[in-house]
Amino acid sequence: MYAQMVETGTKRLKTLEEMSPEERDFQAKIDAETKIEPKNWMPEGYRKTLIRQISQHAHSEIVGMLPEGNWVTRAPTLKRKLQLMAKIQDEAGHGLYLYSAMETLGADRDEEIQKLHDGKAKYSSIFNYPTLNWADMGAVGWLVDGAAIVNQVVLQRTSYGPYSRAMVRICKEESFHQRQGYQILLDMMREGTQEQKDMVQDAINRLWWPALMMFGPHDDDSPNSQQSMAWKIKRKSNDELRQMFIDQTIPQLEYLGCTVPDPDLKWNEERGHYDFGEINWKEFYDVLKGDGPCNRERIATRRKAIEEGAWVREAAVAYAAKQKQRAAA
Amino acid sequence: MTQQQALQEYVLRLADSAMILGQRLSELTGKAPAVEEELASMNVALDLVGQARNWYEYAAELIDDGRNADNLCFLRDAHDYRNLLLVEQPNEDYAVTIARQFFFDVWHYFTLKSLVNASDERIASIAAKAVKEATYHLRRSSEWVKRMGDGTEESHRRMQNAFDILWRFTGELITPDDVDNAMFKAGIGPDPEQLRQDWLGMVREVSAQATVTPGAEDAWMYMGGKRGEHTEHLGHILAVMQFLPRAYPDATTW
Repeated sequence: MYAQMVETGTKRLKTLEEMSPEERDFQAKIDAETKIEPKNWMPEGYRKTLIRQISQHAHSEIVGMLPEGNWVTRAPTLKRKLQLMAKIQDEAGHGLYLYSAMETLGADRDEEIQKLHDGKAKYSSIFNYPTLNWADMGAVGWLVDGAAIVNQVVLQRTSYGPYSRAMVRICKEESFHQRQGYQILLDMMREGTQEQKDMVQDAINRLWWPALMMFGPHDDDSPNSQQSMAWKIKRKSNDELRQMFIDQTIPQLEYLGCTVPDPDLKWNEERGHYDFGEINWKEFYDVLKGDGPCNRERIATRRKAIEEGAWVREAAVAYAAKQKQRAAA
Repeated sequence: MTQQQALQEYVLRLADSAMILGQRLSELTGKAPAVEEELASMNVALDLVGQARNWYEYAAELIDDGRNADNLCFLRDAHDYRNLLLVEQPNEDYAVTIARQFFFDVWHYFTLKSLVNASDERIASIAAKAVKEATYHLRRSSEWVKRMGDGTEESHRRMQNAFDILWRFTGELITPDDVDNAMFKAGIGPDPEQLRQDWLGMVREVSAQATVTPGAEDAWMYMGGKRGEHTEHLGHILAVMQFLPRAYPDATTW
């Protein structure tokens, strides 16, 4: 996942009659499920939307390392430390991989990262919440990677080839992270002390609603979704994905022996789905605007890393130039 | 000191040095100067903590007092830690992080290369896997020392400064004590004199290419890590690293 409310630049869908011949050919390809590749013609809006979505996704992988970095130094056993380190390393890899996919669209990584640091580009709202106890490392894997997978499994069929292929690879690793996360919680619930069980419930209480927010606003409040769906960048609506996530997660929650902080959650026999309460949308939009618990810290940390590392990158460039010169001489 | 005691000490040193450096590197999560460096430094950290786990498991068998690998890592206090002082020094400037890695990697590479032929089979087999990783670590840190040393004026100044700051912690790497000598005699550890020459030789070679000046061989050296007398940093590292097992002593599973 990790892409919410991606701006498409369109207010309404064009009809076939309104499209130019190129646009019509393009839409025909999309409708025939032919993947769009970097060298193919594409509408400017499609290109820009994809750059926004893929960069958001890449930024989320990188910013998402920070809440885990908060605990990697305090992991309680060698096994858990190694697992968490491997997960963080995978995320850095996903970030690089996605930035590369984004660059096939003519975007520049450094420029897009600068937009992130200037507050002009988004990343998933979930990473603006703090990780306050060790069980958060389990809950993040289970709920956050879990929510991401629900979205990304569908994105494996997204219309842009390089993005689709990146998703196939990323999904495999994230499914692994999700199982590991769940196992952390399960072990604590089964064999842990009361204090450890309380940590698990506390982590779920704090992360449940933010995890549901990861799917973005209601379909009715999501004007950009329609265009993204027509271009098959998105393949399922926000509300559909959210429902899928809840339906698959609640049985796992019950197996843990935990609860979620939603009094309205109950199985609806008629719909064949779980009903659930209303998300606090004010909080969602506040966090998106920058007013979440950790927005400022996350961006400040990233900006500091890149700004203070400028001399390192400059040194690498200067050294490479000298080596090239020496080889030529 | 019996040979068995010397062996335990020696394995703990290998474990603790890898562990503490891995811990230091993991502090950099999300703070490295480029995404590629996030990946590379976490990769090195992961290798080191993985190696530490192998050494701790063997140490636990040798000590045989009921403690397991996790207990050795998470429940010993600073005076029982046997890591080199070098690896507990803070990340600070990225040039310091890289120079620390380089000095360690040279030592680690030559030590492991020798341990592959140890008469102790467990040590030989752990070292055989670790030396492959250390070879890559050394290649990476040497390249960075050269890039920074021979990069821009600023990076040169920073790398020279990092060498100057850390030089006093390098004596411990190549000055043998009773344990090192006993291990050499037992056909386990490297020849201390050879290790010293190899370390100095490679450090000089890379320094020359990087246009930085290493410290003097007879400079004053800060030592003590191998016998449990550490710098002030280690206590803080352990306070963070050991927090959970110490705060929740009744928890047996995590």
